[in-house]
Amino acid sequence: MKEGVSDTYWKANIRLVLVLLAVWFVVSFLLGIVFVDYLNEYRFFGYKLGFWFSTQGAIYVFVILVFVYSGCMNSLDKKFGLEED
Amino acid sequence: MSAQELTYVFVGATFLLYLGIAFLSKSSSTKEFYIAGGHVNPIANGAATAADWMSAASFLSMAGIIAFEGADGARYLMGWTGGYVLLALLFAPYLRKFGKFTVPDFVGDRYYSQTARLVAVVCVIFISFTYVAGQMRGVGIVFSRFLEVEINTGVVIGMAIVFFYSVLGGMKGITYTQVAQYCVLIFAYLVPAIFISIIMTGNPLPMFGLGSAVEGGSGTYLLDKLDGLTAELGMKAFTQSNKTVVDMFFITAALMAGTAGLPHVIVRFFTVPRVRDARISAAYALVFIALLYTTAPAVAAFARINIIETIDNVSYSQLPQWFKRWENAGLIAWMDKNHDGVVQYRGGNALVPNKPMYSQERGLSGERLLLNERSTDENELYIDRDIIVLAHPEVAQLPNWVVALVAAGGLAAALSTAAGLLLVISAAISHDLLKKTLMPGISESRELFFARLAAGVAVLVAGLFGIYPPGFVAEVVAFAFGLAAATFFPVIFLGIFYKKMNKEAAISGMLTGLIFTFGYIIYFKFVNPSANNLSHWWFGISPEGIGALGMVFNFIVALTVSRYSPAPPLEIQTLVDNIRVPNINR
Repeated sequence: MKEGVSDTYWKANIRLVLVLLAVWFVVSFLLGIVFVDYLNEYRFFGYKLGFWFSTQGAIYVFVILVFVYSGCMNSLDKKFGLEED
Repeated sequence: MSAQELTYVFVGATFLLYLGIAFLSKSSSTKEFYIAGGHVNPIANGAATAADWMSAASFLSMAGIIAFEGADGARYLMGWTGGYVLLALLFAPYLRKFGKFTVPDFVGDRYYSQTARLVAVVCVIFISFTYVAGQMRGVGIVFSRFLEVEINTGVVIGMAIVFFYSVLGGMKGITYTQVAQYCVLIFAYLVPAIFISIIMTGNPLPMFGLGSAVEGGSGTYLLDKLDGLTAELGMKAFTQSNKTVVDMFFITAALMAGTAGLPHVIVRFFTVPRVRDARISAAYALVFIALLYTTAPAVAAFARINIIETIDNVSYSQLPQWFKRWENAGLIAWMDKNHDGVVQYRGGNALVPNKPMYSQERGLSGERLLLNERSTDENELYIDRDIIVLAHPEVAQLPNWVVALVAAGGLAAALSTAAGLLLVISAAISHDLLKKTLMPGISESRELFFARLAAGVAVLVAGLFGIYPPGFVAEVVAFAFGLAAATFFPVIFLGIFYKKMNKEAAISGMLTGLIFTFGYIIYFKFVNPSANNLSHWWFGISPEGIGALGMVFNFIVALTVSRYSPAPPLEIQTLVDNIRVPNINR
């Protein structure tokens, strides 16, 4: 029984991590590097958009991602009854 | 008071603070010495992690690199913060659940192999020493410029302080001094940036000031003004990238994976009480780090504009005092190529070779004469990148106390990282090498004695690196990341996420990553440096980014080998099951 619970828990964990890492990859490697010249055609306040992503935007998204991860994992722990005392 | 007197006051006061904290948090057991007893508050651990992580390179060098390289510098901004996402999501909670003392502990236990543990010990020591040498150089620069003592005296003072609180306090002492050091360094970084942002753009937040219009009602955006200035002087536009997409991609990937694999950062997550604390602690650490990292590009752009405007087309006799002080410190040089007594700051390198070699004499305008050949470019000015953060409060004519504050901040950044690294080295020797390998029967108090002894010896070696810096330190530090990416990252990742991963796969993968990355770097940096350019690089990847390819090879070899060799023993598979779930221990 315990075996089954931790397997489902682990699968849910992997799904969450994959979604968050997809966002991580998009904001840094795609928006900040691969498409940077294309995005630089657009403006974001006084920034060129691509430059903003690679020097500011990606970092803000990273911060949000780690907080979302921490929050979601804590509720997963609770949902599966696996939280620490 | 003069800037120098104020610097003495600030540096003295912060040092007393660190010593006081260390005295109050003395370690008395190996658990306290290695992981601060395992009950550090997650927010405090976040601040300590941030100080541990942000070194002299982040504090002193990074904004300088961005100031001169512009958009290419983004690889450090994204690489060194993006790595934290990997660390927080893939490593921190599981390694906390594993709950031992060191990274080689994890490698040795998970792969049930003393060979794997020893390979890990060697990698840890190599990575940590290359890193610590850079910190000691940072300490030397700050002391020599601001307190006008010999660089060597500065290094010795720095060593004495670190010796006291790491040998006595261990991880417990280091943790709480790092919290104080984080406060000092972030305050010292933000205050001048806020001042300058208000002066230049009227916006008090530097991260928004960078995207604002310049003061004076012209409505020109600051970045457009900088792009205009750089273009006018024949330099690469600030917001334009010079590197190929492939190279940027691989360098950023290597920096990210390397960050996640750095032993002195990973070990910080062993110090919190619960898995849940490790997760939130990683999040706080990233906030604390992001505060400096989003400010750095603003500092870089402000400084670049200020330097161009105060120096270019000004005659040497009219130059501000800071210029001459840094010239005397050997970090600025001017070669009057057209003999007009006026500084021409243009694109390209001024000197051949690029670093200045001073003669004993002074020129017609009073400048230090150089032994270098002149380059074909019109540019007459050499500025060392490492001085930007230290010099820009003076360049912008901020009050003396801000100048002094920055010096104290630079020392906090260098000392906190040095202490964290020294502790990792000492734990690798006393715990992994002695207790777990050579002398398994030793008592806890003997182990603690050896831990202190190893920390003491490591401080001395680090100090020697600072006094006699090996010429290749700067080259090697960037590669510490490549090596961490190519060796530790795949081994730890697969150790957690792939239950069938066995010791044969781990060892062959680590060796593949190590030999490939090391070989590529040695070839282009030392054996055949003249071929170190885009047309000779594999797939257009520079040595700086090759660790990411080494990591891919490591993964391929490890996964292939594990398919054709026996699965790990059952108790190891149970260990993996256990670290995946917060509250179960079977």
